[in-house]
Order: sequence, then C-alpha cells, then structure tokens
Amino acid sequence: MKGMAQLLREHPFFSGLDEDYLELLAGCGENRIYNTGDYIARENDPADHFFVIRDGQVAVESYLPNYGALCLQTLHKGDIFGWSWLFPPYLWTFDARAMNEVHVICLNGKCLREKCKTDPKMGYELMQRFARIITDRLHATRMQLMDVYSPQPPPLERSR
Amino acid sequence: MIPALLRIDRRSEEYAGTFTLHLSADDGGALPEFMPGQFNMLYAFGTGEVAISMSGSPTGDKGYVHTVRVHGLATQALGRLREGEQIGVRGPFGQGWPLDQVEDRDLLIIAGGLGLAPLRPLIYSLLNGNWKARRVRIFYGARRPEERLYREELPRWSEVFELRQSVDHADTAWPGHIGVITGPLQMAEVDIQSAMAFICGPEIMMRFCIQALRSKGVAESNIYLSMERNMKCAIGHCGHCQWGPNFICKDGPVFCYRDIQSWFQIRAL
Ligand code: FES
Repeated sequence: MKGMAQLLREHPFFSGLDEDYLELLAGCGENRIYNTGDYIARENDPADHFFVIRDGQVAVESYLPNYGALCLQTLHKGDIFGWSWLFPPYLWTFDARAMNEVHVICLNGKCLREKCKTDPKMGYELMQRFARIITDRLHATRMQLMDVYSPQPPPLERSR
Repeated sequence: MIPALLRIDRRSEEYAGTFTLHLSADDGGALPEFMPGQFNMLYAFGTGEVAISMSGSPTGDKGYVHTVRVHGLATQALGRLREGEQIGVRGPFGQGWPLDQVEDRDLLIIAGGLGLAPLRPLIYSLLNGNWKARRVRIFYGARRPEERLYREELPRWSEVFELRQSVDHADTAWPGHIGVITGPLQMAEVDIQSAMAFICGPEIMMRFCIQALRSKGVAESNIYLSMERNMKCAIGHCGHCQWGPNFICKDGPVFCYRDIQSWFQIRAL
C-alpha cells in the first residue's frame, strides 16, 4: 500500500513541492471513505480541512429555500476542493455531498494554517497552488454563466 | 445548382426546438455520398435555404440525416414539415474531418450542445471500423441532461469509446457530471505526441476548449474545428460566408486551427 507522502507526490497539485513540505503535509493527511449521500462538508460548518478526491464523485451544493439542494458542480477523481480553511471566518460556503462511494485524502488545514504562518515560503507555495485552482473554478463558473449552449444569446450580448 | 427533391421519411424531436429529419429520394435511389463534417443546403419551399451539417452515417444509410435547431425563418419552416412532405436539398458541400489522419492517434472528439450533430457521422465511421484510431475519447457538453442530442445512442457509444458527458445545469436526479466540458478535458491525460482533437460547438466553447488543449501542449496543427457562418450559394461564388481569406462553404466548414487561428482571434469577424 502506498504511503500518504507517495499518494500526495503523485498528484499534480503537489508536484514540485519540496520533500520536507510533502512529508509535513502527509503528516496532516488521512484517508477517508464516504458513502453515498454522506456530507463531506456543510455550509457554515468550520472549515478545517481540504480534500483530494481519490475516487468517486462529489456534488457541490447550495440549499435554496422552497427548492432544495441545487448542485452547482460535481468534482471527481483528481480534483481538490476546500479552500475556506485559508481565509477567515474559516467556514464552509457550500455543501459537499458524496454522490457515490468517495475516497479522499483529508488534509488538516487548521494545522497547515499555523505552519504556513511560521514558514512563509511554504505558505506561498501552497497559496500559489490554491490560487490556480480557484482561478480555474472561476473560469468554469464564468463559462457556466455565459450559458453558451442556449439558443438565445446570453443577456450580456443582447444588452449591448 | 438546382435542389433535389427529397422526402421526409422520419422526423424526431430531440428536445424543444431541435429536431432530426431523415430524408431520402422519392424513388428510393442512392444519394451522393458524403464525408463526415460536410453539410447540405436544406430548402424549405417559399421560405429559404439554410446550411445544415450531415448528422447521419456516411455509409449504410440510403438517405441523409439532419439535426436542426429552430432559430430563423427557414428553420422554423423546416420545423413545420411533417413526415411524407418534401424539401429541396443541395449538396453535399465543404471539407470534412480529416479522418485519413486518425490512424494510430489519440483522438479527442469534443462536442458542445448541437455541435454533436456534425461529429456524429465521424463517430459512426469509427464505430463501423471504417477508420481506426488508437484511442477515442468523446467529450460532450450540454446545457441540461434533457438537452443532449441522440440520448438513446450515447450508452452504446460509451461501451465502445470513452464518453465523458457534462451538463452545465441539472437537478439531483442526474447522476453524471455537472460543470463545463473544459473541466473533464483539463483532467484528461493526453499523449501530446499522438493527440488529435476534433471540436464542434458554440464558438466561445471551442475557444475555451482550444485554450485547455493548448495548455496541455496539443499542437495547433492537431486541432480541427467546424465553423458556422451564414451560407447562401455554398459553392464559393457569393462571398456570403467569407471569413478572412477563407470561404467557409468551400474551404471549411472544418478547418485546422493552425490555418485559421489568426482569424479565430479577431472579434466580430
Ligand atoms: S456561401 Fe457563397 S461563397 Fe460561401
């Protein structure tokens, strides 16, 4: 069985990271399994962790009154999610629900937060990687908002 | 060029505002052959003509299949036609997908919304074994699960090829991916030496897919896309479809990205 450090080393998110940092991250990580329907994160709960999906599908949802859960996006093997641990008030802003059996590496962000404070180089390395993910998600969200497959031009185009 | 009179054998509703017509010659005779990626001009009598891609099998079918979305007078008129009625057809026209180059390649077929229609003849050709790629992956992005084309065929395709579908919006009953199609594309491992991508969809979606492919290192010369413009004569005479130095009806609709990238970047062209 592969050790935690090896699992992280193989993921593109951690590629190029110093061995010392990888070992440190591995020390903050554990494997977890969620069953179908389990909530991995709930909106407004303390966000002390982030996750690397090893297998399965996760729905990122928001609860709408009089409607129920609205799925905004699904995440899959190889995806990383959870950056609320980086910024105050350190609370989840969405629900994350397992759509089938989900295997994740759960990394303790609370412990990493302290390490990043005392080691700014590591903090920068991690922040740079998360910024990339956040940018990708923002890009995808913009594309979703453009409603590119709609038979009508998107509202932005019509209003010009 | 005078339109041939073809009969609508079958008409099926894909989803609201989008339908598929199966056409054949009245006498049951063979129609001119076509290459995947080519198009016909469909003429709704008294209303007008519109360019519509071939979406049926290039072999095995006696007739033509076209999937049409209602968005103008001519397509509205086509939409009102029923089985047994006739339409005028000119074609096939244009340059299709470079199937002769797919052998031993890692083929990425990327479709967005209605863009699956011009790619379906290519998928049929690969299914029939007329052309063989080393690996075939189909990425299909749509607005909603119920706004996917050819829904009853997708399970069969996924048995033979790797099919990744993603919809922009869905409720909890949809078990598949939700999010834009560039997501699965970005996650895909691509062998840049042998990768070849065929893309068809709204221009903006194609732009983002090209960005994703380029960031993976796929060469411009290995990316092909199908362009859409208003066509009139369809034989390179009227200039209606001119796009930079190209006539889409004659030089396209399928282009190699390397050859058109400078035009593709120009806004409002
Ligand atoms: S449609 Fe007339 S030149 Fe292309």
